[in-house]
Amino acid sequence: MQDHATHEAPPGVRAVPDAEPVLEVAGLAVSYVTRAGEIPAVVDFDLTIRAGESVALVGESGCGKSTVANAVMRYMGRNGRIAAGAMRFKGRDMLAMSPDELRRLRGNEIAMVYQEPFAALNPSLTVGRQLSEVPAVHHGLSEAEALAKAAEILADVRLPDPERILAAYPHQLSGGQQQRVVIAMALLANPSLLLLDEPTTALDVTVEAGIVELIGEIKRKFGTAILFISHNLGLVREVCDRVAVMYSGEVVEEGAVEDVFTAMRHPYTRGLFGCIPVPAADKHARPLSAIRGQLPLPHERPRGCNFGPRCDLFHAGLCDAGPVPMRDAGDRDDAAGSSHRARCLRLDAIDPPARRRAARVAQTGAQTGDVVLEIEEMQKHYPVFDRSILAMLQGRSVRWVKANEALSFEARRGQTVAIVGESGCGKSTFAKVLMGLETATDGAIRFEGDDIAEAPVTGRPKEQVANLQMIFQNPNDTLNPSQTVGGQIARVIRKFGVERDGARIWARVYELLDLVKLPRDFAGRMPRQLSGGQKQRIGIARAFAGNPSVVVADEPVSALDVSVQAAVTQLLMDIQRDNDTTLLFISHDLSLVRYLADRVVVMYLGRIMEQGRTADVFEPPYHPYTEALLSAVPVADPSIEKTKIVLEGALPSPLDPPAGCPFATRCPRKLGPICDETRPPDHVRADGHRIACHIPLADLEAVRPVFREAPAPASAA
Amino acid sequence: MSDTSAVRPDVAPRPPIPEAAAPRGLRARLRGPLRPIGGGLALLRESTVAMIGAGLVGFWVVVALLAPWLAPFDPNAQFVPFAPPGAPHPEGGTFLLGADHLGRDILSRVIWGSRTVLFYAPVATGCAFAVGIVMGLLAGYKRGWVDDVLSRLSDIILSFPILVLYVVIISTFGASGINIVLAVTFASAPGIMRIVRGLVLDLRNRDYVAAAQTRGESTAWIMFVEILPNARGPLIVDACLRLGYTIITIGVLGFLGLGLPPPDPDWGGMVNQTRSMATFAPHMTIFPVIAISSLVLGFNLLADGIREISLKD
Repeated sequence: MQDHATHEAPPGVRAVPDAEPVLEVAGLAVSYVTRAGEIPAVVDFDLTIRAGESVALVGESGCGKSTVANAVMRYMGRNGRIAAGAMRFKGRDMLAMSPDELRRLRGNEIAMVYQEPFAALNPSLTVGRQLSEVPAVHHGLSEAEALAKAAEILADVRLPDPERILAAYPHQLSGGQQQRVVIAMALLANPSLLLLDEPTTALDVTVEAGIVELIGEIKRKFGTAILFISHNLGLVREVCDRVAVMYSGEVVEEGAVEDVFTAMRHPYTRGLFGCIPVPAADKHARPLSAIRGQLPLPHERPRGCNFGPRCDLFHAGLCDAGPVPMRDAGDRDDAAGSSHRARCLRLDAIDPPARRRAARVAQTGAQTGDVVLEIEEMQKHYPVFDRSILAMLQGRSVRWVKANEALSFEARRGQTVAIVGESGCGKSTFAKVLMGLETATDGAIRFEGDDIAEAPVTGRPKEQVANLQMIFQNPNDTLNPSQTVGGQIARVIRKFGVERDGARIWARVYELLDLVKLPRDFAGRMPRQLSGGQKQRIGIARAFAGNPSVVVADEPVSALDVSVQAAVTQLLMDIQRDNDTTLLFISHDLSLVRYLADRVVVMYLGRIMEQGRTADVFEPPYHPYTEALLSAVPVADPSIEKTKIVLEGALPSPLDPPAGCPFATRCPRKLGPICDETRPPDHVRADGHRIACHIPLADLEAVRPVFREAPAPASAA
Repeated sequence: MSDTSAVRPDVAPRPPIPEAAAPRGLRARLRGPLRPIGGGLALLRESTVAMIGAGLVGFWVVVALLAPWLAPFDPNAQFVPFAPPGAPHPEGGTFLLGADHLGRDILSRVIWGSRTVLFYAPVATGCAFAVGIVMGLLAGYKRGWVDDVLSRLSDIILSFPILVLYVVIISTFGASGINIVLAVTFASAPGIMRIVRGLVLDLRNRDYVAAAQTRGESTAWIMFVEILPNARGPLIVDACLRLGYTIITIGVLGFLGLGLPPPDPDWGGMVNQTRSMATFAPHMTIFPVIAISSLVLGFNLLADGIREISLKD
């Protein structure tokens, strides 16, 4: 198990450069006709994909990457149209095809996989019915033959027990299994071109790792050309051979993944890389740098370079003179191999970045403050009532969902404690109990000395409520759409009695707007007039309005674009430092956790698997689950090499968790029956680093680090 | 306004805003409640259907307001029985729409009758909404036994045929304006409750509701300030439709002889009193019927138009 679990990331199989092009797009322009006029979503887009090659389109939301995919599928809705350009599929002109020919092409040769698997499957038909439809309709197979073919393809996408899956309805499968079924459906017609539009965004990180591996296998086995659309640079590095970075409707940089990722030339590409935290470095080693400004709206693009207004190298008179062409940006002199191009006039002023080193700075861990929050053996169980007659006769009408079991950890003043884990691990339940929206079943939560585990929020004193506030995940949901932004902040100030007089309340609102770096006239705006990042800033201002000592942030930036993510994260950290606030940061993004947390608590199935200082948790000895989580993080930095572990099986039901170690059912390092039967003991190390595992500490210490510095490639001198 | 530019160190100086003044001056506060209405009318222009509906409703509202000046004669004074439309009036002028079997001017009665219907229909609908909204908010937000009790209660009421319910209530308590309001409230509130409850079940899971809970807001605050305003869209559409139904209901009650007591003009009552003579004097029945239909049509078109506009963006 061990040997194949920790092999290196396989380098993408390079397509033969002279292989037949599957898709050629030249000078493509796509517009949407709306009430406000014709909006050019994509301008002058070129792309060639050869057989067996995978090309990534990266960019932030609104850059036009999905529009390109829809244009290739010729599926642009009623108001979209191709304004200019040429599109050839295997040498045939796609724009001249009749609707009938296009339909045949879409069914047989081009297939697309969308972001949300549960929306792509029909909930009222079994998987078998849906899968066998494709060969039955397109290839005229009989029902039995079609089902046999479907079972075969399910085995190809590594779904265990295809017979059971064929008979299942979509809701009986997990998200990862559903996405595999959708990919299987796309593969059924044996397409030459597969379009994947953010196929893993809706999935958990360990599930994502499995899908990434599957895409690599498909490419090798079927030689399918893949167009992979993503906003995640780390994923692109793991999946693709070539990459095209899009900004505001055009490609700004393209080339082989290793060229672009080691020697990015365009200022926007560099900005993107500066925005993402890498799991091997923290805030001291490499601070995030946000890109200033915002993506221009399609009808408000500036003259000349679209990125000009946000660019540090902007040169008036040059960059705003006229359209900027793509230029050769190859740093390698062998003319044949260089396909690295960038859309920038000042390429000569930009040096290829030096190979970055993941510097390791000793972390203090901020152990100095007083303990503000102490959680002791906290337990939260939810009753589930089974109202069937059989259950009543057997006296089993109530069963318990064990959402949180025996949680124990503490947080000190000014510290950032991250709680990480996949969906269903109980981290949000814990936040609810802490905030008093639910009460604990057992155990204690001591907040500044008072036990609040069993006090609902309405039963807590006002100061306590004010001292414990929360930042929410969804920017579109966090503010009340029918109240002004200022009014919502003012309400908190009034409610907590920070200020009483009307004028002083508004003065405080303006101060808070200054604090989150928004203009003061935002106070009179409605939430719908704000962008996602701005709404999240207001959410932060609202949480800090009552001068809290502890703030719980539940995935505060996961719904934002990367460049905005960096700015909001930085802001949150600054405010926290200035106010000496304790931050409980709930997240599934381990790169971000590494970046900002002092301590980390890793949860799985309602239990803490490992906790300790961030530096300790991110280096061996690891809990096997932590190791799997870390290895699933896609890393964009080519100077880092990582262990690859793909977890098998699904999360056990919290109604009936394993009797021994909760992770035993999926653990790649499982020792034997002891893991299934006995609760693992805590290995206690220095600085409160605790690992709940049966494996002896010495063996865990011997594990190779997940992230290692990659040996310098020979080509980079 | 960009998001990330806000963190630029070299950000442009902010426009000066008075430091410690509430953002809304007296003028702004006075205009405040009217602003949504002005904005709403501007939005209506996007839909032809809504404009026609608003036109019909607006016409009857103006007629009701100006009834004393518009009506040519006293609606209850008796002159020439069965006078056809256009017949001369003994005191000068004409019976433009004719006179009824008691010699009362139909035009004046239709004009004055609009006051009755445009008073009782909104009041009855308003009461039904007040009760239905409170029940729906409680059921949807509190859940548990409160929801069980209120939902079963509304199921029971909804299981009666509405007309039977009206007849029972009015014939038990007597025909009067207040009893019409009570009957409409009793019969419509459960349906409104169902709609509100459904909306609340969705809205209660929003993060801003959780934010209000985590700062210890009272249940009433969360229900009426955080949740209810965000349910207003579907409720406005439903209110327009229900106003139309209520007008029909008042008409039907009048037709059944359970409406407002005579002699004050009431469209439903006018149809009821004259229907047996409709074969030889149809004008006595037709004009009140047209009045009822046009007003109900106006409210229905308005509801359709508002729904169309709200779906647009």
